[in-house]
Amino acid sequence: MSSFTYQFDTPSYKGTSTVSTGLFINGKFVEPVEKGTIEVVNPVNGKVITSVAAGTAADIDNAARAARKAYKESWGLKVPGVQRGRMLSKLADLLEANADEFAALEALDVGKAFRVARNGDVSASIAALRYYAGWADKIQGKTIETNEKKLAYTRHEPVGLVGAIVPWNFPLTMLSFKLGPALAAGNAVIVKPSELTPLTALRLCPLFVEAGFPDGVINVVSGYGSTAGQALSEHMDVDKITFTGSTLTGRKIMEAASKTNLKKITLELGGKSPSVIFDDVDLEQAVKWASHGIFMNHGQACTAGSRIFVQAGIYDKFLKAFTEHALSLKVGDPFARDTYQGPQVSQTQFERIMGYIKSGKEEGATVHIGGERHGNEGYFIQPTIFTECKPNMKIVREEIFGPVAAIIKFATEEEAIEQANNTVYGLACSVFTRDIDRAIRVAHSIEAGTAWINCHNSSELSLPFGGFKQSGIGRELGEYALEHYTNLKAVHVNIGHRL
Amino acid sequence: MTFESTYTYQFDTAVYKGAVTFPTQLFINGEFVNPVNKGTIDLTNPATCKAIARISVGDREDIELAAQAARAAFKEHWGLKVPGAARSKLLHKLADLVDANADQIAALEALNVGKTFHAAKAQDLPITSSVLRYYAGWADKIQGKNIQTTPDKIGFTRHEPIGVVGVIVPWNFPLSTLIMKLAPALACGNTIVAKPSEFTPLSALFLCTLIREAGFPRGVVNIVAGYGDTAGQAVGESMIIDKVAFTGSTLTGRKIMEAAAKSNLKKISLELGGKSPSIIFDDADIDQAVKWAINGIFMNQGELCVAGSRIYVQAGIYDDFLQKFTESAQCLSVGDPFSPGTFQGPQISERQFERVMGYIKSGQEEGATLRLGGERHGTEGYFIQPTVFTECTPNMKIVQEEIFGPVAAIMKFSAEEEVIEQANNTTYGLACSVYTKDINRAMRVASNIEAGTAWVNFTNWPDLGLPVGGFKQSGAGKDLGEDALENYTNIKAVHINIGIKI
Repeated sequence: MSSFTYQFDTPSYKGTSTVSTGLFINGKFVEPVEKGTIEVVNPVNGKVITSVAAGTAADIDNAARAARKAYKESWGLKVPGVQRGRMLSKLADLLEANADEFAALEALDVGKAFRVARNGDVSASIAALRYYAGWADKIQGKTIETNEKKLAYTRHEPVGLVGAIVPWNFPLTMLSFKLGPALAAGNAVIVKPSELTPLTALRLCPLFVEAGFPDGVINVVSGYGSTAGQALSEHMDVDKITFTGSTLTGRKIMEAASKTNLKKITLELGGKSPSVIFDDVDLEQAVKWASHGIFMNHGQACTAGSRIFVQAGIYDKFLKAFTEHALSLKVGDPFARDTYQGPQVSQTQFERIMGYIKSGKEEGATVHIGGERHGNEGYFIQPTIFTECKPNMKIVREEIFGPVAAIIKFATEEEAIEQANNTVYGLACSVFTRDIDRAIRVAHSIEAGTAWINCHNSSELSLPFGGFKQSGIGRELGEYALEHYTNLKAVHVNIGHRL
Repeated sequence: MTFESTYTYQFDTAVYKGAVTFPTQLFINGEFVNPVNKGTIDLTNPATCKAIARISVGDREDIELAAQAARAAFKEHWGLKVPGAARSKLLHKLADLVDANADQIAALEALNVGKTFHAAKAQDLPITSSVLRYYAGWADKIQGKNIQTTPDKIGFTRHEPIGVVGVIVPWNFPLSTLIMKLAPALACGNTIVAKPSEFTPLSALFLCTLIREAGFPRGVVNIVAGYGDTAGQAVGESMIIDKVAFTGSTLTGRKIMEAAAKSNLKKISLELGGKSPSIIFDDADIDQAVKWAINGIFMNQGELCVAGSRIYVQAGIYDDFLQKFTESAQCLSVGDPFSPGTFQGPQISERQFERVMGYIKSGQEEGATLRLGGERHGTEGYFIQPTVFTECTPNMKIVQEEIFGPVAAIMKFSAEEEVIEQANNTTYGLACSVYTKDINRAMRVASNIEAGTAWVNFTNWPDLGLPVGGFKQSGAGKDLGEDALENYTNIKAVHINIGIKI
């Protein structure tokens, strides 16, 4: 089976990583049935790093068969929760033992700074696996009182086969957020990583084996969304899809589910999250959090605080400080020690974002800083700030998914809330103020699944995460995620009713 | 038949005498109004095929008006502006009004659906007021969690109302399925656009007068009877409706999910069809098993999503069970829903009648043995004889597909593993029952059948505290119990930074 080996020799990381490039089905790497491949491109310079297998419907079918067999014979409730938990813990330990290597692969594949990949992505992945390892033996139903002649209770059974379709912005982390609860609850999993960023998912496969997961419990089929992803969404034996990605693709998955076996779906989609900054804030902190909100991960975050509403009284001071801070962010090689922002993930994304920047200019917003490509190699874009933005501009309404902030002045709290809610999205929001009443009021009034007060993009594994409105269906993380990976059965036992 | 904005039906029957008046128009924003396109439908009594009344049916435009009214009400005078205790009080009041008018509503339901007055009065109506009271009790107990993270942060969840909830309910239990969705949705603070079945709107129409009398603010509950492919589809496609709760056929459930995907990705919960197995082991109390199994398939004329339509009997008691089951089925009284002693009324409509007769025909053609019934009962109305098939094999249509009529398919089995496999050999997964005295076997079988409800030693004996919902293609989401509440809330996580400096 083919593999590729990459030599890292950088200021941040030196080492070798070997990754098998086949499909991981039933505990082994195999060739795809139609023998297709996908080129994996380094976004720093547009050059091909390697090719990996491109799975199609036939491979999804094989994976589903392996997963179903494993689920029936060597997984599900046959394996007590405590053992499932130990395997997840072991997987977390193995990931931790190889943390630097995984961070390097993620930085190479996605273009994010090594330091961020190590301290953000890989740490969060390890933590998520450990968190759900702890839930595995605590999947609880209820006993429910009805009357003395009946014993009634609920069981939270595994759903069965879970298809996990993972995006390219946080490949390892998003995968871990799905694997954790799915496996803790006793499901078998078929993973379809993004065709843009399959490396860490593939590198994880030998760790599944070493952690002791039986063959077929976790399968990884890299492939394109329109083939492998679609096949997974349509498969008659897959019981549930958990998807993180674009709203456009989310619709296709829901439609595919409706037309096949009505499989359950959880969708984590896009956002256009507002940060609302009142004039009593700690200015330095507000600037840093707002910057972290939009520029983190090069703006490639579903919760990006891409609309920044600043109250009139503090607007000029905020804009000045925010601009200075944005100009200080270092854009460059992900493996340089002081890099903050690497390239966007692909040529397509680069062009998309540049297109939005162009529309911002054309629709009359002011480019305060940035707005151009950075350098002349790879997909780098300067941190960009638009001011004089109006509600109907594309850069205010549509998800850009790049390092582009739209700053909007507001006067009153009511106006800010109304503008904040004037969107089809509802993923997250943040409010910055010292006034306790206002903080809670605004957090409660904005229609979003996560409200941050005096912070942004400060995530917690133990709190649920998901969208209102067109930002999604269902919740990930926390205990709440578990209900999306279980089938609730009510059992009524007659201990005395006679007809 | 002329159109009047209210109609009075005179009942003069052995079990109920009285005049019941009901509105006939759409109920939008607290008013009874004509539909934009002035559509109407003539309702038919399935026992006699005679006309009952002409009522309004709404279209896409009316659904939009209702959704706008619901949205305005949610923003201005419902949602979290009204504390849970106040929502609770209104739900309790509505329950009291339902009880005070139980006989009238039961008569309307029996007239419209063809179920017996006795069943409507003894089951549908008490379930309705009980569900209202049950969720009235939850209304001030909608709780999130405070979740530990680090000392520098406060994290908690809020379980907020979603907003405008679309409710689409079927014709087999018009009132109780409507209330099973209205009650938790209202308890959680949502507003409603309900579309009852165009065939069976009478109890919903009567309910509108009670909703007004109970004091629900205008626009909180809107009821628009209409056809599935116009009004129902409009609910699925509306950009204003945040969630749709649907009970009905699997076929229509798919359309709703697709409409949601293509419009505003509204949340959906679906309660769909079933082909629920009853499994009777040879140590079962046979007399009791027979009684429960009879009820399981013939209750409500077999027009029941959880109907125990596949009956597996272990070889050792097969002959005994079959004889007793057949005798019992033969004794079921079929006839006028308003006659004392009637067990089974007519099927709901000519179309359903034809459908069920079609399945009976296919059973015979595919080689099953018609042990009992199989014919129309009488010469007027849509009555079908309680029907029993034996010698059924797994691939027969009558074993695979949901018939939704008084037709039982009985099969013999020998071993537990075999019957579990057969029981699970279906795309459905709504309910199942197992009859045995052996505690291990009872628990094992209940655990291993892929269904959202498992009954041990009875069938179709629900409890409001327990959730109801399907595995596989029987649906997504839950009705009843505390678990229903999550269908009607949006979870918001709030993170408060009380010390993290970046």
